[in-house]
Amino acid sequence: MSGQSLFARLEPLLPRVRRPVQYVGGEGNSIVKPWASAAVRWCLMYPDAYEVGLPNQGLQILYEILNEQPDVLAERTYSVWPDLEALLREHGLPQFTVDAHRAVGDFDLFGVSFSTELGYTNLLTALDLAGIPLHARDRGDGSPIVVAGGHAAFNPEPIADFVDAVVLGDGEQAVLGICDVVRAWKAEGAPGGRGELLARLARRRLVYVPAFFDVSYRPDGRIAAVTPNRDDICARPGKHTLSDLDSWPYPKAPLVPLAETVHERMSVEIFRGCTRGCRFCQAGMITRPVRERNIETVGAMVDAGLRATGFNEVGLLSLSSADHTEIGRIATGLADRYEDSRISLSLPSTRVDAFNVTLANEFSRNGRRSGLTFAPEGGSERLRRVINKMVSAEDLVRTVSTAYAHGWRQVKLYFMCGLPTETDQDVLEIADLAREVIRAGRRASGQRDIRATVSIGGFVPKPHTPFQWAAQASHEVTDARLKLLRDTVRADREIARAVGFRYHDGRPGIIEGLLARGDRRVGAVIERVWREGGRFDGWNEHFSFPRWETACAAELEPLGVSLDWYTTREREEREVLPWDHLDAGLDRDWLWADWQEALRENELDDCRWTPCYDCGVCPTMGTDTQIGPTGRSLLPVVGVSAGARSGDAASAAQASTARAAGAPGAPGAAAAGGAGAGGAVDVPPVVGSGTPA
Amino acid sequence: MRVRFAKRGRVRFLSHRDVARTFERALRRAEVPMAYSAGFSPHPRISWVGAAPTAAASEAEYVEFALATAVDPGWLRASLDAALPGGLDVVDAVVAGGGGLAERIDASRWRVRLPTVAEPALSAAVTALLGREEVEVERATKDGRRRFDVRSAVVSAVGRAENDTCAILELVARHTTPAVRPDDVLTALDVVAGLRPSAPPEPTRLEQGRLLDDGTLADPLAPDRNDAGRPVGCSSA
Repeated sequence: MSGQSLFARLEPLLPRVRRPVQYVGGEGNSIVKPWASAAVRWCLMYPDAYEVGLPNQGLQILYEILNEQPDVLAERTYSVWPDLEALLREHGLPQFTVDAHRAVGDFDLFGVSFSTELGYTNLLTALDLAGIPLHARDRGDGSPIVVAGGHAAFNPEPIADFVDAVVLGDGEQAVLGICDVVRAWKAEGAPGGRGELLARLARRRLVYVPAFFDVSYRPDGRIAAVTPNRDDICARPGKHTLSDLDSWPYPKAPLVPLAETVHERMSVEIFRGCTRGCRFCQAGMITRPVRERNIETVGAMVDAGLRATGFNEVGLLSLSSADHTEIGRIATGLADRYEDSRISLSLPSTRVDAFNVTLANEFSRNGRRSGLTFAPEGGSERLRRVINKMVSAEDLVRTVSTAYAHGWRQVKLYFMCGLPTETDQDVLEIADLAREVIRAGRRASGQRDIRATVSIGGFVPKPHTPFQWAAQASHEVTDARLKLLRDTVRADREIARAVGFRYHDGRPGIIEGLLARGDRRVGAVIERVWREGGRFDGWNEHFSFPRWETACAAELEPLGVSLDWYTTREREEREVLPWDHLDAGLDRDWLWADWQEALRENELDDCRWTPCYDCGVCPTMGTDTQIGPTGRSLLPVVGVSAGARSGDAASAAQASTARAAGAPGAPGAAAAGGAGAGGAVDVPPVVGSGTPA
Repeated sequence: MRVRFAKRGRVRFLSHRDVARTFERALRRAEVPMAYSAGFSPHPRISWVGAAPTAAASEAEYVEFALATAVDPGWLRASLDAALPGGLDVVDAVVAGGGGLAERIDASRWRVRLPTVAEPALSAAVTALLGREEVEVERATKDGRRRFDVRSAVVSAVGRAENDTCAILELVARHTTPAVRPDDVLTALDVVAGLRPSAPPEPTRLEQGRLLDDGTLADPLAPDRNDAGRPVGCSSA
């Protein structure tokens, strides 16, 4: 029978695997609904290990939104490790959900969220274990509709054979639209089978259906054209954009795992999108425009989320968190609110400027000041102009000096290697920057014992960015440059002991590059790698470069293309790129012009505080930048301090009540707006910074 | 405050670290006024007594909290139980009286279900084990592989039948170093009599306490309950 729990059969296997707790479910705020109560049933997957997948915000948001619908149920599944995979196969058990341990194959829809291309082989494992035919064309009406989403799905062509449909962009409204279509189609008795359902979804512009498009190739291996093979669908499927994030305050009750996971904190997305315009950054390009949540929503989400979870850390997420127009007041307001409550605050993804040190100080008022991370990305000023990451060496040194002067002892610097136009000299300038940082730290702190960590990742050109035409540096070049840099730092007695180095070899980046900019011909490579044992390719201990190389040779070279052809080859302006028929809103001519500007080493300002530069997103998608400041304020809450129940902790509760005196305490009553703000929470004006307040 | 809790059903797969993290969060959600340690990074003052191994269920786990302010044990039992995931169930909460909790616990009573094992085979193996002076087994610990004696920790062991294809091992074991777990006793049964269950054993700890002369265990919270009438509140841990 459909929807039955498999737990009784699974349980005897669990004592035999590593960390069985990851398969038992039962997380705080998880939801199990009766199978029969739902008209539409989703299984959501993050195709990596539970410890990585569970904290994923995207999946948690969709899980909650879907389960709020009275006649929809959503459960989750994650990749099982090879030890359990072997046991499942031995005992004839399928891929299962962790919520109610139901078979994935029983659901109507199987939604898979890809943050990284290296999860593609794990998709195949899950499909195969679920008993779902690997190829979409082989699936019958009994199989779930396999839907891909997430950032990597902006070029789903390498997995086009394995998925039925793809959602581009924000999923919140898209999944509800899909529910409507599936619900109606099922109520009618599923007319026309899955083909008709997919056609309805495509006609409603909810999804891209790869099977409705044909790809033809030129004799030289390049794509000739990608054309729809039916005339009732949009020839250029577009992305979904959620407007008004304040109306969608998800997740409201985040999952609290029983097992240990990589992020255990209450994460609140303070804005979506970024128009800083870093040319390497796919996330910044495909999530435009910037849409902020206002200070009041952020404050309410933090409060509700902490109460619902018991987490003791808050992370304010976005692509560049210090750019929020109300960030200074949010930081001070939250720091005030949680001063007595042992809740720690963090602000991942911030830029290099002194203002951010001020923010970091607020966020660590009582706590330890261990490490601050900055991401100049490019080693030389010239290269930073190429990538449009406008940070000068002086900015960095000034910022780092401020940090060390405020008691921070460890600075991490992130760079990329293999960027377009990069030379050995650009990379060697990372050593110069590191030297300046160490010197500044020694001056500011008066101590010799200062540490900086330099982390370096290999650059991978991504679709829908100005660098989508660029040649990726070969792993030999990347590795040689990094060795040169390392030797240079090691030979410099002034800093050799003070600078720690972190980098990975360049080979996984080449495969990421293949999958990121690949076309449908790459699907055969993925399948071969998977058949030969490829699993968990994002994990060093599981990744095998030779396995990928061999599969590329076998599957691509007979077609006149190769691993190098997909990665280290620069594309011409007019070459049809595999994702050109998918609309992220970005104007292709603008992307090309910006690529040319990069080669001319010209910078481009952020459209939030300079005139629009016509990237194309707002007019194409009918959207607008939504930023503050709103003049609203952080609503005070009562009784959040640890032990607020009684006794000596009462003073803390009273203090926050006192601050609340100017404004009614109930959430939603903040409409008093700017007028009530001053009395409600004591917030100094934002000072310094490159952000216009 | 001293709490007895059970680890039932699928939460038996939680490791001790998982249990500890889950408790800390539940205590925050329940707004229990915890006392914190002093120092650079203060932690809530929680002490654990002899955690059951991962994958073992238990009806008798013990933990002790230091509170910043007094609360009613009945309130704590109910609100902490509500904040914990199902399966981690608070059985009892008492205000700590005098004396340490750990000193009141030196043995455990276990019930180990052995699906696929027939009772006569189990009973024969148990008899063989009890007839030995010493039975060494080897187990991987965090300090590498260790060999240790199982027999001296076994106070009593009896085989019973649940049905024809499932035997039950009733076991009382002293707490020793390294701790002798039900798995180790099963390894010992393999060593002495070649007993090898083909399905994973299902151990449940039924009781912990001080071993009395008659082979039963004394309830470790009884002395605190007898202290009832003292002012409610506690700062010992």
